[in-house]
Amino acid sequence: MPETPMIKIDHVTRAYGAFKALDDASLTIQKGEFFSLLGPSGCGKTTLLRMIGGFDNPTSGTIYLDGQAMNGIPANRRPTNMVFQSYAIFPHLNVAQNVAYGLKRLRLDAVEEKRRVEEALGQVSMAHLGKRGATELSGGQRQRVALARALVMRPKVLLLDEPLSALDKKLREQMQVELRKLQQAVGITFILVTHDQYEALAMSDRIAVMFSGNIAQVATPKDIYQRPVNRQVADFVGGMNFVAAEIVGEDSGTITVETTSFGRVKTEKPVQFVTKGKAATLGIRPERLRVLWDDATDKYEIAGKVVDRHYFGEITHLIVEVPGMEQPLSVSETNNFGADDIPVGAPIRLAYDPDALVALAD
Amino acid sequence: MTIAAEGKPDDSAQQAGRPALLQSEAAQGIALISPTFLYALAMLAVPILVTFAHSFWTQNYMDIDRTFTLENYRIALTEPIYRDLLWRSLFISLTVSFVTVVLAYPIAYYISFHGGRHKGLWLFIITIPFWTSYLLRVMSWKVILGFNGVLNSGLMALGIISEPSTAFLYNTNAVIITLTHAWAAFAILPIFVSLEKVDRTLIEAATDLGDGAVRRFLRVTLPLSMPGAISALMIVMIPTVGDYVTPRLVGGKDGVMIANAIQAQFGKAANWPLGAALSVTSMVVVTAMAGATVFILRWAARQAR
Ligand SMILES: Nc1ncnc2c1ncn2[C@@H]1O[C@H](COP(=O)(O)OP(=O)(O)O)[C@@H](O)[C@H]1O
Ligand SMILES: [Mg+2]
Repeated sequence: MPETPMIKIDHVTRAYGAFKALDDASLTIQKGEFFSLLGPSGCGKTTLLRMIGGFDNPTSGTIYLDGQAMNGIPANRRPTNMVFQSYAIFPHLNVAQNVAYGLKRLRLDAVEEKRRVEEALGQVSMAHLGKRGATELSGGQRQRVALARALVMRPKVLLLDEPLSALDKKLREQMQVELRKLQQAVGITFILVTHDQYEALAMSDRIAVMFSGNIAQVATPKDIYQRPVNRQVADFVGGMNFVAAEIVGEDSGTITVETTSFGRVKTEKPVQFVTKGKAATLGIRPERLRVLWDDATDKYEIAGKVVDRHYFGEITHLIVEVPGMEQPLSVSETNNFGADDIPVGAPIRLAYDPDALVALAD
Repeated sequence: MTIAAEGKPDDSAQQAGRPALLQSEAAQGIALISPTFLYALAMLAVPILVTFAHSFWTQNYMDIDRTFTLENYRIALTEPIYRDLLWRSLFISLTVSFVTVVLAYPIAYYISFHGGRHKGLWLFIITIPFWTSYLLRVMSWKVILGFNGVLNSGLMALGIISEPSTAFLYNTNAVIITLTHAWAAFAILPIFVSLEKVDRTLIEAATDLGDGAVRRFLRVTLPLSMPGAISALMIVMIPTVGDYVTPRLVGGKDGVMIANAIQAQFGKAANWPLGAALSVTSMVVVTAMAGATVFILRWAARQAR
């Protein structure tokens, strides 16, 4: 018998009048998972997270938390805690008082309360700042206090609404690592809302990619990146070159297509794939195209001309026009071998692995 | 080379420009406030200084003896009549301000949290009574509280009392009721403003951490709106100590306040120095009381955490 999932979202819809912020979404999240809701702004991530936390109610459908239906149970009686996007640190309380806020109701004895506050502050490396006033904290520190304040409650599920989006890049990357470590240490189920694809990829066990109220794909970061189910997911999570193709053969699990530039390719059919006539779209990530230097050759190669070049420090993006392709290819090449020195206008040959070409639903 | 040459004059122009700009901004600022400032100086500071000076002089029938004396203060502070009036005034203003804030808070809370898109309309409705003159509003309380007034007839019609009560009008209660009503809107506004500033996510955070409606109000909303409640308290407390019209009209013999005595000294009794000393005394006492109230409330709020 499989373990009860920590969260089960069962055909949940949230409508504001005629507009559906969340449209018949279903999802299960396992115990101890680091799960991310990823999608562009306005796609309904916060709406879903707030319904899990009990701050909003589904128009229809049911949310189960550890097997128990949550309909009608208010936020203060759910075993969830939230790290708000704005952190919501109580300005009239100091750091330790903020962290102890939820413990007061449990009526622990003073020693135990103090011990738990210190433990939580320790977990977020704020042990020495308990006496600091709430208004005297940096963004990163506020974020840590919000985290400690939620963790100290030992919730079954910790909800995080874009917790890192207000931090600068360096701190954000550092916090991503820390947050992931912390989650593994405490073993609590984390649900993270983010619009930052790299954040979701770097931190999560699994990701749900959402667009305009719908869940498009739920998978591990690697699958989301390497096997996106449709064009929208592929385009949102990292860059993607789209290649027009013609279907020449099909069985239950795979299709064989003919392309002008990449030749004949046999590839897996994604779940949502529906054949409509002969046209299909393939995708290949920019870093799966490799520059062939000098007279190196490869079994699979295509030739083109560099029409533009964007320098990003460790990598360079080359925009390559290939005869017979409508859109130029975007190629991401590390700068070890001098990709940043390839002149615009130069002819170029690219190698690829046919496995890197994936069929995409529309 | 060219870039550097072009950059330099720009820089120095900016550096030279800044103090000049600041100077002119400061000058503009002073120029802008000067009419108000001069007006306040003429109408507020000068009269206070004149009053202060008078309080150390002596009335000699028609003219004033300008030798320094503390006799007026001795009378003001030790004569039972003035002491009692001052105490009563303080009691009334303290009661009025607390009752007003307690009544105004729920209204401000309702508008801020449940006013939706109609907050402006609600605030506007609250100011409507103030379109009529203060005197008319005090007089209408006379109609309500009087011997044959609305309240008495109502209670008699309900059979709660058998004959009209005189307990409503011409006493301290009447003054408190009338003043509370008169100051309500002035208390609602600062409380409303401070409630508007309470970040709603903080209330959600309190809920998230397990608080129900009452606890999150007591632990988050109330402490964070305390500055508004304290200013409302001050806005009502300070002027009501010196209120003159209300006790005069609805206070009767038992509702007389210090301002009525001051008026008598400047009027009928024609003892300006004593009137001045009473004024200065009540000013000092009110300031002390206001300060003490703020201090005690802040301290209490800190203890509550
Ligand atoms: N209270 C509300 N009333 C009407 N529309 C809302 C409300 N809250 C959210 N929405 C809409 O629902 C959609 C999803 O919002 P949200 O879940 O906040 O998106 P995000 O994915 O950026 O977190 C948005 O288009 C938003 O405008
Ligand atoms: Mg959001």
